Amino acid sequence: MPKSRKAPSPQLATGSVALLIGTRKGAFILRSDRSHRTWKLSAPMFLGHTVHHLMPDPRDRRTMLMATRTGHLGPTVFRSTDFGKTWKEAKTPPAFPKAPEGQNGRVVDHVFWLTPGHPSESGLWYAGTSPQGLFRSNDGGITWEPFSYINDDPQYRKWMGTVQDGTPDGPKLHSILIDPRDPAHLYFAMSGGGVHESVDGGRTWTSIVRGLEVVEGFDAATVTFHDPHCVRLCPTDPDRLFQQNHCGIYRMDRSEGRWLRIGKNMPKKVGDIGFAMVLHPRDSDTAWVFPMDGSTVWPRVSPGGKPAAYVTRDGGKTWTRQDKGFPRANAWWTVKRQAMTADAHEPVGLYLGTTSGEVWASRTGGTSWTCLARHLPEIYSVEAAEL
Amino acid sequence: MTVYIPSALRSYTKQKSEVAAEGQTLAEVLSALDHRYPGLRFRIITEQGTIRQHIRIFVKEDQVRDLSVALQPEDQIHIICALSGG
Repeated sequence: MPKSRKAPSPQLATGSVALLIGTRKGAFILRSDRSHRTWKLSAPMFLGHTVHHLMPDPRDRRTMLMATRTGHLGPTVFRSTDFGKTWKEAKTPPAFPKAPEGQNGRVVDHVFWLTPGHPSESGLWYAGTSPQGLFRSNDGGITWEPFSYINDDPQYRKWMGTVQDGTPDGPKLHSILIDPRDPAHLYFAMSGGGVHESVDGGRTWTSIVRGLEVVEGFDAATVTFHDPHCVRLCPTDPDRLFQQNHCGIYRMDRSEGRWLRIGKNMPKKVGDIGFAMVLHPRDSDTAWVFPMDGSTVWPRVSPGGKPAAYVTRDGGKTWTRQDKGFPRANAWWTVKRQAMTADAHEPVGLYLGTTSGEVWASRTGGTSWTCLARHLPEIYSVEAAEL
Repeated sequence: MTVYIPSALRSYTKQKSEVAAEGQTLAEVLSALDHRYPGLRFRIITEQGTIRQHIRIFVKEDQVRDLSVALQPEDQIHIICALSGG
């Protein structure tokens, strides 16, 4: 862990917001007016394509990358430098190296996660794939290469397991995080395969799973069994991480060196299972989750059909239910790990996309919610871009 | 020879449904196509050199799985998005 240094002060945003929405059947942009009261939905982009992630580049506010494939065609990345008006495909999308003759090499099924590089590293992007692979582009997403050694390292390959060991939609590498104080201080997570940290720009990695629980009957000391769903790094306190895991909600203060299951403070009948984890842009004690039913066969819907976000404002000691505006019953959807986000306004705007194709927003940090769009395809990702 | 392009790939071929290509093998034809229509090959052939799971390629009327298959100048090649349910 790098020596503690002050994190850059986050900018308070005041303008309009665009939500970049990736769905199972294309991408959409939802733009607000300056008050965030009126929203306009774009026509579908790449209709019929599976868009796992549509990510803006906060370094120039014009570029965005799209991780996509179709049901038949292989995975690729598209790039726009005019905020979605025109697109060009990557010349060399993320791909594993060709295996030597007679050996079975891995094949990227889909690009799952996109992270723009450190503000000081213009044009640098990271990507995570299914099955688990870590890739980097140094030219704004035009060409991609495997990054670091983990894609072919025997230990990491063992932790990754096979394509049958991951989530129903394939095992994934996600939550690629960059310390705002130091571009060489990186994290990534794997479902499954744990959380990993590098302090030397990816030359070496250390697993950080101490304190995390695993499915009953398995050994928590074995990295393979750890299934982080979403890991986030506090913008104003990069030595603090939050995590929504297959087995609960956690916080890690790096000085303590272990994960603390703060989800034990959630109501018992709701539990602490889910996909999304969202942090306040300026307050490292405030975070949101969106619980789902992780009982029996894992229905992956809102517990009891009653959707609600939960917020903590004290680092996970206590949680408050935020369901005003959501359906009171019979709403059998949930929110995937990339489909909930926050803007940089005051009060913080929260946004989420549902598995049933609705986009919901709160202009008040979650105290009340409004539906912005309905009848979209299943939503995989929602990212907020300040305009 | 003639290569028939499915609708899903015509964004690469300027909406042409059939294009001419040359090569002694299927691998050579696909490389030539990718040279003329960059990116097309990777959407149907994996980084390990195999035909993707939901893509089928027919030479004349025979399905081929091996890219090293030899071709004749008069062969017709069909690239098909397979009927794989849904």
